[in-house]
Amino acid sequence: MLPFYLNDQLIRTDQPAGSTLLDFVRYHQHLKGTKIGCREGDCGACTVLVGELAPDGTSVQYQSMTSCLTPLGNAQGKHVVTVEGINAARGTLTPVQQAIVQEGGSQCGFCTVGFVMSLTGHALSAKPTTPETALASIDGNICRCTGYKSLERATQHLQQQLQQRPASSPLAWLAEEGFVPQYFADMPAKLTALRSAATGGAEVSEALRPGPGLDAAAAARAQILGGGTDLLVQRPEQVRAVPVELVYDQHSLRGIRREGDTIVLGAATTAQQLMESEVMLAVLPELPRFLKLVSSTPIRQMGTVAGNFINASPIGDLTILFLALGAEVELENSAGQRRALPLAELYLDYKKLAKTVDEQVTEIRFPAPQPVDLFNFEKVSKRTHLDIASVNSAAWLRIEKGMIQAARLSAGGVGPIPLLLRRTSAWLVGQPVSAETVEHALTLAQQEISPISDVRGTEHYKRLLLHQLLTAHFLPLLPELV
Amino acid sequence: MNHLDPARHVRGESQYLDDIPVQHGTLYAAVVESPVAHGKLLSIDATAALQLPGVVRVLTAVDIPGENQIGGIVPDEPLLAEGHVHFRGQPVALVLADSEHAAHAALRHVRVEVSPLPIIVDPREAAAQGELIVPPRTFRIGAAEEAWAGCAHVFEGVAESGGQEHLYIETQGAYAFPTEMGGVRVISSTQGPTAVQRHTARVLGVGMHQVEVDVTRLGGGFGGKEDQATTWGALAALGAFVVRRPVKLVLDRMADMRMTGKRHPYSSDFKIGLDADLRIVAYEVTFYQNAGAAADLSPAVLERTLFHATNAYFIPNVTATAYSCRTNLPPNTAFRGFGGPQGMFVIESAIACAAEKLGVTPADIQQRNLLREGDLFPYRQPTEGCHAEQAWNTAAELYDLSARRREVAEFNAAHKLQKKGLAVMPICFGISFTKTAMNQARALVHIYTDGSVGVSTGAVEMGQGVNIKIAQVAAQTLGISLSRVKVESTNTTRVANTSPSAASATADLNGKATQLACLALRERLLRLAATELKINYEGLQIENEQVLAAGKPADTTWEKLVSAAYWQRISLSENAHYATPDLHFNPETNQGYPFAYHVYGTALTTVRVDCLRGTYEVEAVQIAHDFGQSMNPAVDRGQIEGGAVQGIGWMTLEELVFNDEGRLLSNSLNSYKIPDLYSVPKVLDVHFLDTPGHSRAVLRSKAVGEPPLMYGIGTYFALRDAIRAFNPAADISFSAPMTPEKVLVNLHPDFKFTPAPTPAWNSPAPLNSVTTSEDS
Repeated sequence: MLPFYLNDQLIRTDQPAGSTLLDFVRYHQHLKGTKIGCREGDCGACTVLVGELAPDGTSVQYQSMTSCLTPLGNAQGKHVVTVEGINAARGTLTPVQQAIVQEGGSQCGFCTVGFVMSLTGHALSAKPTTPETALASIDGNICRCTGYKSLERATQHLQQQLQQRPASSPLAWLAEEGFVPQYFADMPAKLTALRSAATGGAEVSEALRPGPGLDAAAAARAQILGGGTDLLVQRPEQVRAVPVELVYDQHSLRGIRREGDTIVLGAATTAQQLMESEVMLAVLPELPRFLKLVSSTPIRQMGTVAGNFINASPIGDLTILFLALGAEVELENSAGQRRALPLAELYLDYKKLAKTVDEQVTEIRFPAPQPVDLFNFEKVSKRTHLDIASVNSAAWLRIEKGMIQAARLSAGGVGPIPLLLRRTSAWLVGQPVSAETVEHALTLAQQEISPISDVRGTEHYKRLLLHQLLTAHFLPLLPELV
Repeated sequence: MNHLDPARHVRGESQYLDDIPVQHGTLYAAVVESPVAHGKLLSIDATAALQLPGVVRVLTAVDIPGENQIGGIVPDEPLLAEGHVHFRGQPVALVLADSEHAAHAALRHVRVEVSPLPIIVDPREAAAQGELIVPPRTFRIGAAEEAWAGCAHVFEGVAESGGQEHLYIETQGAYAFPTEMGGVRVISSTQGPTAVQRHTARVLGVGMHQVEVDVTRLGGGFGGKEDQATTWGALAALGAFVVRRPVKLVLDRMADMRMTGKRHPYSSDFKIGLDADLRIVAYEVTFYQNAGAAADLSPAVLERTLFHATNAYFIPNVTATAYSCRTNLPPNTAFRGFGGPQGMFVIESAIACAAEKLGVTPADIQQRNLLREGDLFPYRQPTEGCHAEQAWNTAAELYDLSARRREVAEFNAAHKLQKKGLAVMPICFGISFTKTAMNQARALVHIYTDGSVGVSTGAVEMGQGVNIKIAQVAAQTLGISLSRVKVESTNTTRVANTSPSAASATADLNGKATQLACLALRERLLRLAATELKINYEGLQIENEQVLAAGKPADTTWEKLVSAAYWQRISLSENAHYATPDLHFNPETNQGYPFAYHVYGTALTTVRVDCLRGTYEVEAVQIAHDFGQSMNPAVDRGQIEGGAVQGIGWMTLEELVFNDEGRLLSNSLNSYKIPDLYSVPKVLDVHFLDTPGHSRAVLRSKAVGEPPLMYGIGTYFALRDAIRAFNPAADISFSAPMTPEKVLVNLHPDFKFTPAPTPAWNSPAPLNSVTTSEDS
């Protein structure tokens, strides 16, 4: 049985771990405030909060997630909050709800609860509130009545209110102000109790995770499931029907650390964790700007880095970024044997990987860029945010005395796999930083790619766009390029 | 005062179709679709599907007890395909099962055999082959053909605008229950309950009185549920009628996108002639409307394109012809603006074409030709209370058009890779259903003995705030608190023969009917007060629930008066009928007086283009709009802001892609992009023009639903302006949406590349010792 808290209720369910949290709350628990808009994480109508007990057991960290793509199994041991779990007594509204009503931020109302939950998540967040972070909290919510300006105004009001929120024990203040009901104060203790029951009983996790005790064949049958942001879009019916190995919450697969000149990430690291990691920011200070172009706040809190790699989308943003960083993945098979593989060698052909079915990514490593290195990520999509790239590209360049010492350029959306532009990168080494060098590199790059016309653009456009994005990489070095 | 609904919306307590508690014994329906866009339907074999666990029935056209027909304007659309299939996604059969999972799992086990026929997706090709939905229409004033010779300048061109997916966040659906009298009760997510009722009755072969349709609210409609909710309502009803169990049918997002029609794409030819002073002398335009595979509302949409072919301009010689072209796409349908935006895009393209060639700004031509009081539209209605120039002048002064223009020029001079563009977009939009007979509505108002009030009308709440407006009308007319008024669900048994909630006219029509009903009730109550208190009826009124005689409190209140009326056996219910006065239009001559009034406005749009990447931001949209005397500024502002952004979406990001086989490629939210939080204008100002409103508008508060969408057209032309600032030689076709792809290609038209002589991409890894992990 899978235990977790849904609002103030303890749930124990035997529903499949790979089914969606959305279906569970709507159709099993009949909490109809959470709406279905797209079932692919692109509209936010189903946004809920998922609270995870902090390691020290004293607080719960809440994140907004799109419940349509959240595997039910990922709720295990957590506090799932739907709008019914924050509603105050009839006739009163929470400050978030009040602000939206006051500013006319709800027209047809179908998307509204999603906005309410995202903003409540922002209020509950341990991070400081700024006008930008407040707005970013609703960047995964789509409103087709397009009442964004009123929602923006509501967000501004809330953000001003939240500046009063004390840094220490903000929950008491939030409950006092009516952002959340009083029962939130009891959640750390309740989740702690769940955690001790789970580790004491072991019954919980073993049922879901084929560990070393299972034979290789069984392990191969189990579908590895991370944040759900790809698999539950692509084949939810299948994932629901098979045993799954949940990796999102495996502590051994989390964490970002520096070992000498190498940065090491757990496979289940999320994009949001990358953005907030001091280790990452020390070597890639521009990372938050790059990752703002990647999906939305809830999806960044769900999708894992290894999941992005293994999905093998030719336009996977994180894949493109890590290709240029020279990342390698550590693969472990069901017998516990490990091997390292350069990320660029993982891809054989469209969605074909150089790994056995039972091999799983456990770690990702890359050499730490030096402060003098140039690193840049570019992405253009039809819509700047929360969209899939037409073309994306990353570049890492080490330059000394005007000469390129080392280079890695990557490009997505221009071939069947996420592409490391090997020949172009190799040619650049030893070349002077000059307009001629760039011009030749751009010509070479055109010969390494084979884009096709599709819904994200024509072949001609993708070629032109890559030309422009590669130019953008060099522009800080050579402003005269354009 | 806010609308009534939002306080429930934010708590998640508003009930939409899928939130209705499921009744025991409910079956779930899923729709088997045509796998090809055109062909002869040879067979449907459900044998395998029927053997799956949970599958109860598979219905096809032969199971329809009445007539297999749901076409509204033209009877050319079967509910379930029969004989032929005409578009990919056309409903062919209906699976009924015990669970939603079982119903969906069964779909691929229904074998549909089709022998393919040639597919047309291009409207001009359809027209060339004579595939027209209805005969072409021409609106004519003056004599354009004779005017060209006298023009100083004549320009011709082609303009194309794309379709638009409605993308209401609540997908289409219906829930039908068999009734004891042998009929059905249908809860439908529809803008047109009567359309669902009428067509369901026809399909079931029963009287309309045997079909009850009820609508609480929609999670967005935008025109997509005006006619196209009927299919799902009728299918659910068919299931419930045949199997005698409740049937629920909710489309998933991708099925909804595949199967339902959208805003009509148009391809048009224009010719514009100006005199030496830039006055437009003549305009000739031919519209090719891509109607899709059946008529749906296309003829009416086509007509509105013609009505708005000249936007906010007076042109003495106009010949506008429109062809509704049958293609093998899902039948296109109503979408906010209803053909008007498509017509306006062409005249604005013609003006921009002339301006670019003459080296003036489009605004020079636009401003000089704005409508004035008494000017005739090509359909011969004169402007009355024309605010076109007032809107333009107010916007230009308030937002300082000349300073904006100077800033753009300075910015462009100072920046090489960033360019700004500016456009002015005046609008003029006619309010009324252009089918005159549809401009009628009824309201049923009950006053309960405790003084509370229930109002039923034909209006459907879908976020446009019509319920709060109706409640305001009732409260204001009766002199009572808004909290006493409840606006009921829209139900065909309470208010019959309704027009759909569309044409921006819902609040006007239903609000006026409510007002008439409340006036009658008020008079009845005050006459009773006059009799009981023995005072003069003249000068009696109710304010804040207190009866006033000549302005002074009389000895009775709302509650007392209502109670007294009941005991005196005076009716506390009233049913009122409203029909917009003075309207007439002759579709033979294409002349008449089709609109109750027109709405005016002007928007300034400023954009900034990243000329390296082809991406762009809308920096500001600044609007001066003619609301008349807005009865609810909060709701009305929301409509203007939302409409403008939806129009910007249509002109920029929202690109429908069909392939030559008629398959929709932009078939989900990840491949069809609508505006998000960051893509809306950074500044969106709305100024309420000081205008008197119109007596045919409810409480002189003008209709606001559709007009603002057309402000979005300005974004297309501002982007053009910015591209030309970077590349003055750019030869940009008039083709919307202006996606980042079109921007970049127009910025850098000379880009050439040399592809690799051999296959470019080779596997970088050794191919031995590899098993593949397919798609994971």
